[in-house]
Amino acid sequence: MACIEASGLRKAFGTTIALDGINLRVEEGRILGIIGPNGAGKTTALNAILGLTPYQGELRVLGRDPWAERDLLMRDVCFIADVAVLPRWMQVSQALDYVAGVHPRFDRAKAEGFLAKTTIKHTSKVRQLSKGMVAQLHLALVMAIDTRLLVLDEPTLGLDILFRKQFYDSLLNDYFDRSRTIVVTTHQVEELQHILTDLMFIDRGRIVLSCSMEEFESRYMEVTVNPDQVAAARALKPMYERQVFGRSLLLFDRGTNQNIDRPQLATIGEVRTPSIADLFVAVMGNQSGMAQGAAQ
Amino acid sequence: MNTPSNAMTESSIQSQGMARAARAMYWSIRRELWENRSIYFGPLAAAAVFLFGFVINMVAMRRRIGGSLLDPAQQHDLLATRYELSAALIMGTALIVGVFYSLDALYGERRDRGILFWKSLPVSDLTAVLSKLTIPLVILPLLSFAISLATQFIMLLLSSVILLGSGVNIAALWTEVSFFHVSLVLLYHLLTVHGLWYAPLYGWLLMVSASAPRAPFIWAFLPPFVICGVEKVAFNTSHFLALLQERLVGPGDAMAPHSAPKDFTATLIPEHFFSTPGLWTGLAVAAVFLFAAVRLRRYQGPI
Repeated sequence: MACIEASGLRKAFGTTIALDGINLRVEEGRILGIIGPNGAGKTTALNAILGLTPYQGELRVLGRDPWAERDLLMRDVCFIADVAVLPRWMQVSQALDYVAGVHPRFDRAKAEGFLAKTTIKHTSKVRQLSKGMVAQLHLALVMAIDTRLLVLDEPTLGLDILFRKQFYDSLLNDYFDRSRTIVVTTHQVEELQHILTDLMFIDRGRIVLSCSMEEFESRYMEVTVNPDQVAAARALKPMYERQVFGRSLLLFDRGTNQNIDRPQLATIGEVRTPSIADLFVAVMGNQSGMAQGAAQ
Repeated sequence: MNTPSNAMTESSIQSQGMARAARAMYWSIRRELWENRSIYFGPLAAAAVFLFGFVINMVAMRRRIGGSLLDPAQQHDLLATRYELSAALIMGTALIVGVFYSLDALYGERRDRGILFWKSLPVSDLTAVLSKLTIPLVILPLLSFAISLATQFIMLLLSSVILLGSGVNIAALWTEVSFFHVSLVLLYHLLTVHGLWYAPLYGWLLMVSASAPRAPFIWAFLPPFVICGVEKVAFNTSHFLALLQERLVGPGDAMAPHSAPKDFTATLIPEHFFSTPGLWTGLAVAAVFLFAAVRLRRYQGPI
């Protein structure tokens, strides 16, 4: 069974269309990164998946309709909406008590174990903790719940690089196993590249790219070309080109341009797999270019 | 115990669901008490202030009496009014706490974005709203009853100690106050008037709290005010105002515990109270407000 299944998912706020007919299928055991510019509809999509907002179209999460059955769904789904949602008046021990009280799948000993690795005291109030510690606390609570789907919406926003690294490390080491599914949105794409199994770009309520990371690695190639080779490289129809320190970086997509391959590109320059961020810029740049072209 | 789960009957699944719902409710109420400590500190502070005043008053009274005997009627009157006053003060404080609590209950969680955390747990909106309604309708009345009882007991002890040897008959003091009857009437009053009669008022406050984009206080109190004004101007009547007054004052003679001080049990006439149509229309209105509050919480996110 697919973990998340959506077809024709639509959501409009007045005249603004946040989700414009999204089709989506996320299998169990995947780590999907949803990446898009601000206002692309990422959070709206997650809110629909979590039953926080009504929508049009078909959507099933773990076989349930999230809007109709949020409370039942939340036994199997957890989410960290952002780092600042733990109530500031709450004591750490109260947070543990409460989640242990209402969540049938919460393992308190496990949460205590995660907390023991941090400097968070049980008697502290959330308002006394630093932003990074609040994120650690929230993660400790969430990781101690035996869920099937974890949704993270900008979970590391505003954290320093040490906390960010630690956050994803503990997520991978202490939480993720092949039967669980994680969906994450973030702007800090670089830190996710080696974690994700699937990638999705979303812009103006539409999916503009969706592929697995294996596909990503075999499909996209970035070539650093010396100035004398640029004309030959351009003849191979790159999808995007940028200049770095006087050298040209050309991005090729084997999906649309199948008569190129790695050895061939190696003759004109240095080939490597692009970063997600580079591909994102390329795809979004082409998008706006196309939009402008259509407007003219 | 490795029997497969298919042996589980439907009723045991149902009872498990019930137990889970009760657990969620219990922890949601505890959560409210953690967050809003004014629920018990408010009435406690009122009791402490009252006791302080009471001690001063008793000491002054002892000086005034100075050995001469107080006539029994005067003594009874003085003591009885004080005990009623202590209960009224604690109840009034609880009422104010309840109003401000209800106004903030569903607004505060949206303002501090905490609603995203609460909604990430398997607690339904109905449970959340009901647990918040339980505070003014059940918890506060019971708490103010317990605190009133304790306060009156302390008052008795204090006055016994202070008036000892002043000529006042201490033994009579304990019988005059008729502890048991008074507290029974108080409990009855709290559960019926504060728990049932005021239900639509708290329902309204919770609904406003769930919907107000900001300043729930204004959204709660301005509309009734405007309705009264418009009614007066348009029809030169004040039915709405009368309705509000009746709701605030209580169901009148049907159960007023003070009207017959001689025999308290005679005022405990539930069949009278429960046959007041106002009670049932009030509860129906409360249910509508509550339903709206649950729906609103489902749609609302952080603000």
